[in-house]
Order: sequence, then structure tokens, then C-alpha cells
Amino acid sequence: MTIRRYHSASWDEGVVYELGAAGRRGVVPPASWAPAADLPDGVRRAADADLPELAEYEVRRHYSHLAQQTLGMMGVSLFGTCTMKHNPTLNEQIVARPEVAGVHPRQDASTFPGLLGIVHDLEDELKNLSGMAAFSFQPGGGADAAYLHAVITRAYHASRGELAQRTQVVTTAQAHPCNPASAHAAGFEVITLPLEEDGYPSVEALKAVIGPQTAALMLNNPDDMGIYNPHIKEFIDAVHEVGALAFYDHANFNGVMTRLRARELGFDACMFMLHKTFGAPKGGNGPSVGAYGCSEELAPFLPGPRIVKNGDGYELIEPAQSVGRVREFFGNVQQLVKAYSWTRAMGTDGLREAADISVLANNYMEKRLLDIPGVTISFPGKAMPRLEMTRYSLGEWSADTGLSTLDVENRLPDFGIDAWWTSHEPWIVPEPFTPEAGEMWSKEDIDEWIDVVAHILEEGRTDPEIVRTAPHNQAVAQIDGSGLNDPDTWATTWAAYRRKHARP
Amino acid sequence: MSAHPAAHPTAHPYMANSAPDSKQALLDAVGVADAEPLFAQIPADHRSDALIEQRPGIRSEQQLRRMLEGRLRGGISTDTHLSFLGGGYWKHGIPALCDEIASRPELSLSVWGTPSSDHGRNQIWFEWASQLGALLDLDFVGLPVYSWGCAAGHALRMAARLTGRSVVVVPSNLDRERRLVIDTYCGYRELTGALTVREVAVDAATGTILPAALAEVLDDQVAAVYLETPNSWGVIETAMADLIAAAHQHGAEVIVGVDPISLGALASPASSGADILVGSLQPMGIPLYAGGGVGGFIASRDEERYARQFPTLQVSIAPTRVEGQHAFGLTLFEQSSYGSRELGNDWTGNSVYLWTVRNAVFLALLGPAGMRELAETVVANARQSARLIAELPGVSVRYADGIFKEFIVDFSATGKSVAEINAGLLERGILGGHDLSGTHDGLDGCALYCVTEGVTEDDIRELTAALKEVLA
Repeated sequence: MTIRRYHSASWDEGVVYELGAAGRRGVVPPASWAPAADLPDGVRRAADADLPELAEYEVRRHYSHLAQQTLGMMGVSLFGTCTMKHNPTLNEQIVARPEVAGVHPRQDASTFPGLLGIVHDLEDELKNLSGMAAFSFQPGGGADAAYLHAVITRAYHASRGELAQRTQVVTTAQAHPCNPASAHAAGFEVITLPLEEDGYPSVEALKAVIGPQTAALMLNNPDDMGIYNPHIKEFIDAVHEVGALAFYDHANFNGVMTRLRARELGFDACMFMLHKTFGAPKGGNGPSVGAYGCSEELAPFLPGPRIVKNGDGYELIEPAQSVGRVREFFGNVQQLVKAYSWTRAMGTDGLREAADISVLANNYMEKRLLDIPGVTISFPGKAMPRLEMTRYSLGEWSADTGLSTLDVENRLPDFGIDAWWTSHEPWIVPEPFTPEAGEMWSKEDIDEWIDVVAHILEEGRTDPEIVRTAPHNQAVAQIDGSGLNDPDTWATTWAAYRRKHARP
Repeated sequence: MSAHPAAHPTAHPYMANSAPDSKQALLDAVGVADAEPLFAQIPADHRSDALIEQRPGIRSEQQLRRMLEGRLRGGISTDTHLSFLGGGYWKHGIPALCDEIASRPELSLSVWGTPSSDHGRNQIWFEWASQLGALLDLDFVGLPVYSWGCAAGHALRMAARLTGRSVVVVPSNLDRERRLVIDTYCGYRELTGALTVREVAVDAATGTILPAALAEVLDDQVAAVYLETPNSWGVIETAMADLIAAAHQHGAEVIVGVDPISLGALASPASSGADILVGSLQPMGIPLYAGGGVGGFIASRDEERYARQFPTLQVSIAPTRVEGQHAFGLTLFEQSSYGSRELGNDWTGNSVYLWTVRNAVFLALLGPAGMRELAETVVANARQSARLIAELPGVSVRYADGIFKEFIVDFSATGKSVAEINAGLLERGILGGHDLSGTHDGLDGCALYCVTEGVTEDDIRELTAALKEVLA
């Protein structure tokens, strides 16, 4: 195997405040045609805002340098739980058109039927894949969709006069942190089921904690270890028996696309991450979309505005028992257009193939990774073969070398490989890493990724310092994070930095 | 499982391993004839393959483009029509460089990385926070939340945790979209931690909140007072310092929603003592996208008491292993939901971080003078437009001398509804202001008009001529 010799662009680029000079202009706004407005003292700003002053080319050069100093997905990124996909350039061009970019959300629905129709048809595509009766695209991310579920759960139980009694939401140790956190923010008490020896919680443990006080169950399946809970129907039946709702966090949809539908499993609601699973770019953390789908029974509680077909056109309605809003307007519409385009480009045949390739590639990775000394699988021997991703442990390697999964994470970019995903809290296995191959990356990319991991783990045995002090080929060296939580040293702005660190 | 046909004969451009040889190499290595056995974990009675309606994919980019462009063709937008729509969501100029930098694939596709590997993007986050903070006169800024309304909701919950109180005061004229979000964040009284929303009346004569009106609703149960300036009717709150002092006297936190564009010329409420500022990212270089350009910020003074309550992630400048070098890493991660699940502050997740790129480029291009001039042009254009519209027979404008860029146009004396007027304007190529009928007492027959720096004197002549025809 040959390891790529990568080095990041390194411009020794200053902070924007260190660039430019007084009086320079980047863009000049139009002068007014009207008499100057009278702004009394106290209303008028006392002095101009402390912003940098640069010529337009300086701004372009600075931010181009910063872009060049960002590895992002320019190498190989097998970032687990995020399902990295191809983000077609076509879709960026489509959403830059005035029929998307220039539409104001308060325009009358009759003025942009083409765009509304695309959003409406995306809903149809997701209904086909999930069996759900209706979708809301208002949530600004997967976590916001989990929050919307908690919000709809409140309204549903309140409408039945049972909310005061139903104060608990049950989740699992493997559910994404946004599930317990958003349920708690909505006012619920959270109960977390532990994983048992087969890698998932037991029906008995669930039954022991649910009852008339239970509002909802929120979980994912398969989980981030690629383990599918085969008793999921019993879970759903049990919570339904006590009058609670079941929510399916479909973050790991790649493993089950076109093979099962949330509604037919019995779930009342589900969530898809369109910015990941459906081909819209991640943007370094959004704009994202948590598409929230639900049953006929929950649809009247969805936020407005909802787009409904009316003859040849579309109208916007507020559902009868709507929860109101979790966010202003329709959602990140430009991302919806990208997801629709992606869904049409893939087709159900392409989605089937994507699921096949994802799971196949994950099993290929597993075979090669487990050949590397010091790499072990979570819950060995259980729940095989794994679905779209697998969590591994470097516990043995760590014991041998004194290094951690975070050391490897820091070393990977030195070879043009994006930092890996360790695990959400709780880690479950020591020194975890959770790669996900997905359907985009080639076999050669996957091989390169594994070769680099093997190389670094070997470095850890022969030259641990090089791993511990990594990275070495980036624009900047390893961060000294010791002061990040200290109010005397942290600085989220240049002004705070200058004040605390006495820099001119 | 015959409902799904065998793999397509043509490799899909989005999937490298759909090339037959690549896929075969994986199958051979794993030791299976096809992928199906790898799904053995899913019990047979969980499968729904046959229920999924088959919809073949479009593998040709040209055909896909034609389909999408065909569907969108003819759509009306603020680019095809002269638009006066606003309401917390505004059409401002977008410098070309915002599009170019935000479209760079290193940034637009970035995943998460480390402070070293994605150093450039993390620096942009820091420069965004720094420049926004300078505009706000605050130096602790969280990374973005989903929207302005969400930022207000989170800030009210911060205040409740800070004070241990459970009543929040909001203006009676708050825009409906934001009010509904705030109501959601305040929760249901049956559950723990719910907040009660109390309204403070807006003075009909001035369109502002008078200190006396605020005093009436303040008591020692109030965790926070939420104000906006310019407010939802477009009016600048002139008594901000007194309002803040009154709330502080009762031990309440003061949260103010601001339009960052206005702060080029208007004093930040932080300079009058506001504790937390929230607002929208959208006006700083982000397209409208039918509402997809929303994004929110939360900022406070750099005091630990406030910092410890932020639900967001934050990026801080920090040293590296190399003397004199700096990088940008997350601060106070443990108080987020990523760090502490339900024990963290509210929740966080994927949000709208790419918009920090557009905002940072926007502010670096405009600079101090550009932001001042932009705000001055906006307020001058808007006030003069209001005066010209008010000259139309039967039409009046409220609070025209106190507004920033939005104003209430009262058509109630014309005998025509806002819906009828807007339909008439649309026929003449104009998107009229949005209908305020039913949103508050005294607003039937009123619309909110928004005028920004791009609206010319000719545009206003076109509007008034069209209104004359429609109202005739």
C-alpha cells in the first residue's frame, strides 16, 4: 500500500481584523434618493461598528485562503452517522435561480406554484418511502424534527386531556443525544434504556418503565453500530398499549431504504435528514432539514403552513389542531429542492442500489478493519452482518500504545482523510470510531481510508509521539484546548481576545 | 423480493461502486453473490419492499435539469416583480462574493473535521462571531440557531434558568411567525419548566412600548422582557434605555431582537444595557429562498453567568502546540446536548452554519462605513417612500417619522381590502406589502410595506401610480 503525501494549503493567514487599512471599501451601498432621515441622539449609533476595512479583492483572497485551509470533503470522509453523499452541482445551480432564491415566503401561493409543487412532490416521495400520511419540512435539522415530535406529543396528549399524566419520554442509550435533549426541552422527563447483551435494549426493560405516565418512545433503528433491534415491533406495540406514541429517528436510513417503512413497522412518526441522507450538502452544520413524517392521526397537529394541492395549484393551510411553529415559514426550501432533485435522480431503483452498496461496503470495511491488530468490533459476534455502519473499538491498541481514538482523529487529516467520527455520548465501547462508507465513495477510496488507519495504528506502535503530537501537515498544529472552558481565557470574538490577551 | 429489479445496467453517477466491476470486487471480498444476505438482521415480517411504489431514477443530468427548470419556469419572485414584502424577512442586496465564497466546495460540503483540518472554516465561524459581535456591541456570540424566532425562544429559556422565574413578557404586536415559535418554546403548563407568556401593550399613538405600559406588567415573577427594535411594525423603540432599566429594576433579564442592518446607524440596545441580543442572519447576504434563508443568532456580554446558559456551540480562539500560532476550537461543549444529552442546555444539532460564511463576507465587504451608509440609505428611502404613499387619497401611513425600513400602510378608508389591492398590484407587476388584517386590534385594512436600499424613486412612482389605478 502507498500512503498519499498530503499537505494542507498554509497561508499563515491572519484574522480579518489584522488585514486591510483604514478607509478601504469592499462594496459600496447605493446612495439614497431621499432626504437624510433624522435619527436623534440616543437612537443613532455613537460610533461606527468596529468592522475590518478591506478592498474587494482582499476579501476574496482572504476567504479563498480560508476555504483552501479547509479539508472538508476534499479527501475521503467516512464520517459515521452523517451518511456523506454526493451533492450534485446541478442542484446548486437550480436553487440559485430567481424562481427559488428570489421568492419571498409571504408571497401569495398562486405566484410560485412550480416551487410549491416541487416541495409537495418531495412530500409524496417521502410518503412512498415511509408509509407516513404527511410530512412537515419546517424543522431546521434532525434535532429540530425530534423537538417537533416532542411538541406534537404534547399537543396530542393535551387534546386527549392526558398531558398532565404523560410526563415521560423513553429513549435508549444509543439514541442520538438530540432525542433525550429535545424531549427534555419540551418539558418531558427522560428515561434512557440501557443496551443489553445483544446490543439493544430488551422488551422487558421497556415494559418495566412504561405505563400511563409515558408520552412517547423515541429511538433509531438500526443504531450507529449497525445493529437492528429485531424486537422493534414489540417495542412499538408495548408503548401503544399504554397509550404512548412511537417516534422513529431515521438517521440511519441507508441501511433499510426500500426494505422497510416506518409506518408499517407501527411507528406514529419518523424523521429523515435531507441534508445528509437525501443528497443536500452538509454545509459544515447546515442549512439542514429534518423532514418530519407522521400518521393520519397526528397530521392535524403538524405546524403550518402546509402545502396542499388544490386543482392545478397549491394552497397553504394551517392544520386544524396545529402546534403552531417550531420555526418560521416552510423550512429550508432550497434544500428541499436539492433533496427532490436527488430523489428523482436516484429513483427507487437507485435507492435500492444505494442501500445495497452501503451495506456491502460496510461489510467490506469490517472485514479489512478487523484484520488490523488492535481493532475490535462493538458487541462481537452479535447482530451480524452489520447494516450501514459499524462501531469499532481501539481499546486494545490504546492499552498497548497509551494513545486514544482522539489521537488517531488528529492524525488522519495528515493523509488527506477527514477526521473520523468517534461516537455520540455515551461511547459504549472504549476508544470508539464509527466509519460509514455510504454509496458514494469508491472501493479505492475505502481502501485508501483503511490503509491510512492501518498505517497510523502501526505508527502508534513504532513512533507514538508522531501520533500524539499530530497533526503535522495542516495549516495549524494541534490546538491547545486547555483554556477553552476558562472564562478568563476563552474568546468567541476578536474583541474579547484583544481584551483578555492584551493583543494590539 | 422481486418487487425490486436487479441493478440498473448503467452505473449511477452518484455511486462509484455501482460500476459492475467495482461492485463485484466488493461482493467477492465479502463472499456473497449479492447484497441481500447482508440484510439478514431485518426479520422477514418487518419488510415492506412490495409496498413501495417503483419510481425509476433519472440518470441523465440534462434530463433532470430540464425537468426541474421546466417545473420552476414562470415562477414570480422578488427578482421578476417589484416587491414590498418584509415582516422580519427582507430583500437586501447580496454582494456577488457572498455567493462565490459560500459556493466553494471546501466550505459548502464540509462535514465537521478538527480545528486543524478545517481550520479555515472554523476561522470563518470566529470572524462571523467577531464581526457580528462588533455590530451588536457584545463579545460573546454563539454559533447560529435555526432562526430569529428560535433564538428568541432559546434566549427566553436562558433567562428563565438564570432567574429561576417563569413569566416572560413580549410585545403585543410581535410578528405572528416569531410569536408562534416563542409560544412553542415556552411549552405547556402541564409539564415541567413551562413559561407563561405575558403581553405588554404597544401604544397606538406612537407604535412603541411606553415605559408606563411595561411597568404595568412587570413583577418579581418576570424572568425576561423580550423587545424588538425596530419592532414588528417597523418602528424604532425610542425609550429603550428606560424600558431596560424598568425591567432590570424587577430583576428581569432583557432580551432584544434586532435587525443587524439597522445597527450600521442605530445604537445597539446592548449600549443601553440589554443583556441578550437575538436576531436574523438573513439580511446579511443570504437569499430569500421562500423562507429557507432564515437563521438566528444569540449574543451576550462575555460574562460567565450568561455564557454558561447558551444552548449553542461556540468557537473560541486558542493557542496551538506551536508558539505564536492560533486555532479555533469549541468552548463550553459539555453544556451542549452533544456533551450532556438531556442534562445540557436545551438542544443543539445541525443548524445553518454555512450562513456564517455569507454573513462574514458581507460584513467584511461593507465594513464600518458601508454598514453605516447602508442603514442610512435604507431609513431615508423608507421614510420618504412612506410619505409619498401617504399622499394617495384615502391612504395613510402610521408612524412614518419613527420607522426604519418597514411601515404600516392603512388602506381601510379606501373601501378595498388588502387582498384586493394586492391582487391588483400583482397584475401590474408588483408584490404589495403583506396583509396585517386580523393580526392586532386596529389593523384591519392595513399592510406592512418594506423598503430597502435597492428601491428607487422610480419604483415608488411605479407603486403609487399602480395604487392609484387599483384604488380608483
